[in-house]
Amino acid sequence: MTTHHLEIKDLTVVYHRVPAVHHVSLDLRCGHRVALLGPNGAGKTTFFKALVGLVPKETGMVVFGGHGKAGADTDIAYLPQRSVIDWDFPITARGMVEMGRYMRIGNWGRFGKRDAEAVDLALRTMDLDDLAERQISALSGGQQQRAFLARSLAQEAHVFLLDEPFTGLDKTAQDLLGEAIRKLAEAGDLVIASHHDLKSVPELFDQVIFLNGELIAFGDIGEAFNEENIARAYRTQIFSGAHAHHSGLAKSTCTG
Amino acid sequence: MLRALFGCALIGFTNGVLSSFIVLRRLALMADAMAHSLLPGVALALILFGLAPVNLFFGGLVAALLVGLGVQIISGSSRIKEDTSLGLLFACAFSLGLVLLSLSPARVNVTHYLFGNILGLSDDDLWIIYLISCIVLPLLVVFQRPLLLLMFEPSVAASQGVWVKPLTYILMSLLVLAMISSLQAVGVVLALGMLIAPAATIYLCSDSFAAMFWGGGVIGTLGSCAGLFVSYWLNLPSGACIVLVLGMIFFAAYLFSPKYGVLSKFLRRHHLHEESLARWEERTGD
Repeated sequence: MTTHHLEIKDLTVVYHRVPAVHHVSLDLRCGHRVALLGPNGAGKTTFFKALVGLVPKETGMVVFGGHGKAGADTDIAYLPQRSVIDWDFPITARGMVEMGRYMRIGNWGRFGKRDAEAVDLALRTMDLDDLAERQISALSGGQQQRAFLARSLAQEAHVFLLDEPFTGLDKTAQDLLGEAIRKLAEAGDLVIASHHDLKSVPELFDQVIFLNGELIAFGDIGEAFNEENIARAYRTQIFSGAHAHHSGLAKSTCTG
Repeated sequence: MLRALFGCALIGFTNGVLSSFIVLRRLALMADAMAHSLLPGVALALILFGLAPVNLFFGGLVAALLVGLGVQIISGSSRIKEDTSLGLLFACAFSLGLVLLSLSPARVNVTHYLFGNILGLSDDDLWIIYLISCIVLPLLVVFQRPLLLLMFEPSVAASQGVWVKPLTYILMSLLVLAMISSLQAVGVVLALGMLIAPAATIYLCSDSFAAMFWGGGVIGTLGSCAGLFVSYWLNLPSGACIVLVLGMIFFAAYLFSPKYGVLSKFLRRHHLHEESLARWEERTGD
């Protein structure tokens, strides 16, 4: 069976002439759970948005399964931070997951049996069968996150870009979401999730990307998740003065 | 009176249906600003081309679009945020409209444009309202699927291929059209009432977007017609009565809605959701 690659080639995104993401190149394979790590302002959300065409790319291209991806695509699903969603929206979990079929049926296509089956499967995979008819406002944080993920699953995406999916979740909810992500990777999908809690990275992910404007490091947890890369990512100042990228800890000029 | 009633029903339904978008996307300030921004366009059209409804329609449309464009230009090219530029431009536009109306050679009753004059509806006015409803309602139905995605969350919708920008412009244009139609019923100052109250009422009674959409239209129609009857019988300003009746319907829902009414919450046991209630009942049953 061919394993698809998500190839990111020389990606640069610029805001007001300052590079938010700077010449990032990566070759990611499906079947992995990848942590995207970096301090605040490192460009993690910008990186995700560039992959799905929500922000314009200054340079670079995105290729998945041998096909160039310029914008919105069924193969790549983007889930923004939970805080941007209005969870009081009058819709059930099932209704929200059904929205994921939009790319398959378009503005006026019929919502048929195949689509209903995809929605049922997505809800079952995320252990939300019993909660399908519940309003999203009545779901817990972890359940909301899984419902959001189920929506992307209903899209039949193969790459899932999750922006801080574990933020605000307690240990049980984190474990359930972690298990859901593990299932996706085992089924052959690629999950990239930005994450802040370094302690839980080895438990939840099998690969790691360190990003701070530019690519600091990428690799399997055993090789790339180490003190040196953490220090480089969180203590490095990529650009100085007014164009400095934020670093979470002490600032020191990058001399590499 | 019959003409006014029919006009009221159409205006109420169109604005009621659109109100679901205003409530869910928190566009109340923007909607109020747009309503006020119609005035200079209406006034200028009146001065240059006369009182014909079609002139006022295009004048209002151009003014609202210019203010919308101005907001984007100012907030996009300076440190001024969108809500500030919106507030500033609509206040200036409204003031300009008042000044222009005062300079108008034709004898106009300014209060009719500010607060409505549904009983003064002419056949031409009714045709315009009918035409607007025939544009707004079918377009909302045709685009209901992408609009639902847009309402839920624009960035997720964009990542799924929804044409967010064109759809937003279409929605804004339909909003301007609905406001122009409600000029006659409630005027620019009170137009917001018809665009907020219906969907806000249903939001307290239902968990379905479809219910908000169609139910908003029904509430808008019933409330507007009831307000018109009240103003006719009690000889009170019609625009104000329409908005007051819609407001009273909202407050009734706020208090008595079985789902989300304040009194229902007070009378119900204090549990977060059904699972918690079921566990409590199990425990107390033991």
